[in-house]
Amino acid sequence: MSKIVEGLFYTNTHEWVKVEDGFAFIGITDYAQESLGEIVFIELPEEDDSLEKGEELGAIESVKAASDILSPITGTVVEINESLEDEPELLNTDAFTNWIVKVELSDESELEKLLNAEQYKEICE
Amino acid sequence: MYYDSLIFEISNKGRVGYSLPKSEFKSYNIPKNLLRATEANLPEVSELEAVRHYTNVSTKNFGVEKGFYPLGSCTMKYNPKINQDISNMSQFSLHPYAPMKSIQGILEIYYETQRILSELSGLHTFSLNPYAGAHGELAGLMIMRKYHMDRNDTKRTKVIVPDSAHGTNPASATVAGLISVEVKSNLDGTVNIESLKELLTDEIAGIMLTNPNTAGVFEKDILEIAKLVHDIGGLLYYDGANLNPILGLARPGDMGFDIMHINLHKTFSTPHGGGGPGSGPVGVVESLVKYLPSPVIKKQGEEYIIEDSNETSIGQVSHFYGNIGVVTKAYTYLLTVGKENMANIGRYSVLNANYIKESLKDDYLLPIKGICKHEFVFDGLIDKSHHVTTLDVAKRLLDYDVHPPTVYFPLTFKESLMIEPPETESKATIDDFIEVMRTVAEEARVTPDLVKGAPYNTVVKRLDEATAARKPIVKYSDLLK
Repeated sequence: MSKIVEGLFYTNTHEWVKVEDGFAFIGITDYAQESLGEIVFIELPEEDDSLEKGEELGAIESVKAASDILSPITGTVVEINESLEDEPELLNTDAFTNWIVKVELSDESELEKLLNAEQYKEICE
Repeated sequence: MYYDSLIFEISNKGRVGYSLPKSEFKSYNIPKNLLRATEANLPEVSELEAVRHYTNVSTKNFGVEKGFYPLGSCTMKYNPKINQDISNMSQFSLHPYAPMKSIQGILEIYYETQRILSELSGLHTFSLNPYAGAHGELAGLMIMRKYHMDRNDTKRTKVIVPDSAHGTNPASATVAGLISVEVKSNLDGTVNIESLKELLTDEIAGIMLTNPNTAGVFEKDILEIAKLVHDIGGLLYYDGANLNPILGLARPGDMGFDIMHINLHKTFSTPHGGGGPGSGPVGVVESLVKYLPSPVIKKQGEEYIIEDSNETSIGQVSHFYGNIGVVTKAYTYLLTVGKENMANIGRYSVLNANYIKESLKDDYLLPIKGICKHEFVFDGLIDKSHHVTTLDVAKRLLDYDVHPPTVYFPLTFKESLMIEPPETESKATIDDFIEVMRTVAEEARVTPDLVKGAPYNTVVKRLDEATAARKPIVKYSDLLK
């Protein structure tokens, strides 16, 4: 059974969003990393890139497949997690502490439309 | 003595295979900037060492000529030797700039192959110029785009691709300057008509489909799909990857497709994969013929001519006329099989696939029940309690000298294991494969760790694929660092 963290927002395409000090941190879920298998490469956006809700934010390659990361929200990239470029396997180690991008939200109300831990759990079952 | 050396490792300084006669030429004054700074690192071996090395290396390869190769979506059929013999004839070793009158034979082969493909597919004309399947796709989508552009219908920038499609489909669409949009599939991989209807707008350039689809299921609603797409002004593209099972039985042109490509290296028994090169002819309905890649080969009276068609066409996509040596092989195959036997190719490949599917469905999870065409997908083992994955099964098959099926594709299932046994395989071979697959399923229950550690009998054992992908070493000189 893969891990799900309470208090985060989720998408049905297996991304999570955590809001802290007005910024949104986006990552992929434990379920996603488990399904992908060993991750070997990650393509990240650049700082100041604007993200559209539901549009591609980056891509992940594992030994099994390549998969797009879809942005759960609209906003502007403030920071990327550079350590993932050299060590994408960190996502396999802990998908919830290793966020992928830090984003300035354009529209906070978008968060309400995302799933909570309980709803996301149902999708994974 | 087990042999696994690199040629560099058996090298001995000063050892030679040949002694060359003294050069009759004076040394040239080659400018210094054109000279190497260091001596080339070349292996120094005797003739016997060189022969023995490469003979040993050749036995470590796996191909259709060594064993069963049920690689889904790839149609790994045997390539009869006569194809190679004909293609190698000195009469076909011609210079592309030779005068037209002196190369009538090869032009006739090009023209006739093109006509046969037209008759088999129901499309009006083919160009054999593209070099491979994805290249044919690209040419086809460029034709689709140019057709809309010529009508000043510039809004049409989107191509519909099913979520179960081959990865080349959205890639070709993107390279052709179009945007791919995904249509949802039903569980059996067929197009979900309701989702399709939602996507059909005046921005749609067309749709790309394989039929039978990636799961080996025939798209029964194809006529309705064709009507829906044509009604909104879009075109239908047929990916010829899965043409084998319907050869001589059904034609994409009759289903309503406007553009298609054929993989000669799948359906028409020319070498495939690392043994290529490939060839991906692109065919179109009559109204699109003027867009086919330039140059075109035509028949004028009794003479075959090469014509530049750059003014109306999408332009040139290859050097000269594509991989003409591959075309001679396919032509040989087409004539060897003959029109009257063409339908048996599909019948036997479909029979082989269904026989394996039904024989193994008690051990492997069959998500799509019923009759399939030339291939089908298992969703891993039925008994998953021992955590033996599709990857483990594939690795274990190597120990039994079977090439693994396609794994983890299509993406619609988590543990996809996609099997395609071509018509060239005998019942005895297929029975052996079924036995091996049952043995592996049994091992997964009784000795799961054995399967998880496989392979054991191969040149290299279980690879650390993650490290290989993260830190690839692809050159001998990298290994020395």
